[in-house]
Amino acid sequence: MHRKKYPFIVGFLVLPVGLYLLLVIWPYIQTISYSFTDWSGASQNFGFVGFDNYKDLADDDVFLKALRHNALLLVLVPTLTILLSLFFAFMVNVGGRGGAGGVSGVKGSGFYRIVFFFPQVLSVAILAILFKAVYRGDDSGLINGSLQAVGLGDKNNPTEWLNDPDLVLWCIVFVMIWAGAGFYMVLFSAAMQSIPKDIYEAALLDGAGRVQTFFRVTLPLLWETIQTAWVFLAILSMDAFLLISTLTSQDFGGGPDHSSEVISTYLMRNFQTYSKSGYACAMGVVMLLLTLIVSIVTLRLSRRERIEY
Amino acid sequence: MTAPATQPPVTKAALPGQRGGGRGGPGRRDGMEGKTLNAFSHGFLVLWAIMIVLPLFWILLGNFKTDSQIKSSAWTWPTEWTFDAFQRGWEKGVGDYLLNTLIVMIFSVPLTMLLGAMAAYVLARYEFVGNRFLYYFFVAGSMFPVFLALVPLYFMVDRLGMLNTYQGLILVYVAYSLPFTVFYLYSFFRTLPTAVHEAAVIDGASHTRVFFQIMVPMAKPGLISVGIFNVLGQWNQYILPLTLMQKQSGGDADRSMLAQGLVSLMNQGNYETDLPALYAGMTISMIPVFVVYVSFQRQVQSGLTVATLK
Repeated sequence: MHRKKYPFIVGFLVLPVGLYLLLVIWPYIQTISYSFTDWSGASQNFGFVGFDNYKDLADDDVFLKALRHNALLLVLVPTLTILLSLFFAFMVNVGGRGGAGGVSGVKGSGFYRIVFFFPQVLSVAILAILFKAVYRGDDSGLINGSLQAVGLGDKNNPTEWLNDPDLVLWCIVFVMIWAGAGFYMVLFSAAMQSIPKDIYEAALLDGAGRVQTFFRVTLPLLWETIQTAWVFLAILSMDAFLLISTLTSQDFGGGPDHSSEVISTYLMRNFQTYSKSGYACAMGVVMLLLTLIVSIVTLRLSRRERIEY
Repeated sequence: MTAPATQPPVTKAALPGQRGGGRGGPGRRDGMEGKTLNAFSHGFLVLWAIMIVLPLFWILLGNFKTDSQIKSSAWTWPTEWTFDAFQRGWEKGVGDYLLNTLIVMIFSVPLTMLLGAMAAYVLARYEFVGNRFLYYFFVAGSMFPVFLALVPLYFMVDRLGMLNTYQGLILVYVAYSLPFTVFYLYSFFRTLPTAVHEAAVIDGASHTRVFFQIMVPMAKPGLISVGIFNVLGQWNQYILPLTLMQKQSGGDADRSMLAQGLVSLMNQGNYETDLPALYAGMTISMIPVFVVYVSFQRQVQSGLTVATLK
């Protein structure tokens, strides 16, 4: 039965594990060690500088601005996305015309599920081209054009969505929610469906309204899923690189005047444009730490007793 | 950990109230509330659906407009329904980008599946020292953004002499697709019955043979699910090719992937003059995603849900 078991195990694991170690794990580890050097990236000569990169980061105004933007995204994107998708999931699952005492979703819930989810499978590159057109600054942009069509926009002074320092970050937040809400709706729907129907029916028989049912039954039972969603959205908004770098002005995005700068865009510019690889790696480590902190805090704060059903 | 592919069809289960209409309703109060809520919820859902569909439809229309029509106003209707824009987009590089993407994916997707299935199978069905550790080691890789590894990864691929080569990108795609693939197939292999396996071993089949001739065919539904996921993921990949498939010198071939190529076309000043061609390129890259998604939407949705819920 155990004939040649170990050679087989090793034989099957050596390639995947080797490749994974070499191209995924090792680079992650290297990021940490490079962050203590003054490496330019151009050559393999570099010196150990201790925590200098980190000290520089603390004095770097652009970096601090990026950090603040990341913090803003970290609060806004998960909150708004989760609220919206919870609302949609509830609508799709229990918002429908109450049948004979039962709870039902709206008609065409399958259709909504398919349509809402679609942005999730589109590449960020496609999102970028799409929203570049939607946000275009003259009246050929979808938003400006539509505003003018209904008489709201100012034809001579159209809004430059992506070039307005006060608006650009909000535009990015909107795209992130647009793309993500459908996915989390499906996620919450799946969780809602695993809640036994009897609980709903019992609540309804006891005279609870739908809104009450939502807050007293659905929400508590969904808590764990929401928590997971929060962590994932936090990681997502920590990155945000692709959207910002493709939609906003400046090398690797972040414009105008750093008003949409996030750590990832600044990291990439330091690495590719300024050839400050060690410095860029230090930013990577800060991102990693922040991600870990957010995940741990989220999981801790929202820890509740597990509800069995 | 549940086996994802065996989840019940979502749409059916979403309508629990529709079974048995015999029971009396809990009273008028609910009926009224249900009606208002129904109109209310439909309103919001329809609005969001429009917000998803309208921009996409608008871009599709852009394929048939002229450049000046697109630039004059958002609400113009195409006057001529020709496919010229597709031809122009194709010639401006979309054709090459598509070819590059296909070349890479022909190798990367099967290789991801093979290596992922091998690792997941061994981890799921054999007891050995370090088994749990290796599993978590794989799963952990999906927790961190690719972003953090980019700088060293670039130099690693450079040292291997594989910058701007298909082989380099194929290996990187495989490595970064492994965490999810292993994670997903691990739970799948665990659900397969052991009896068949044991019978085959008693009959004298080798471990390798058992894997390829018994386990792989039995795991087909799981392999298909994760395969679709990998196809979509690698087709849409942007940051890895952006870093690794840059021209190293002027004479180098442009090995951009489709998504990356489209963005660079968008950013090229001279391309600004031909938006319909850019939109046509975008349409070309969206059609396969759309077809795969609509045909397999249940697997795609459950796959992603499982990835998040563990």
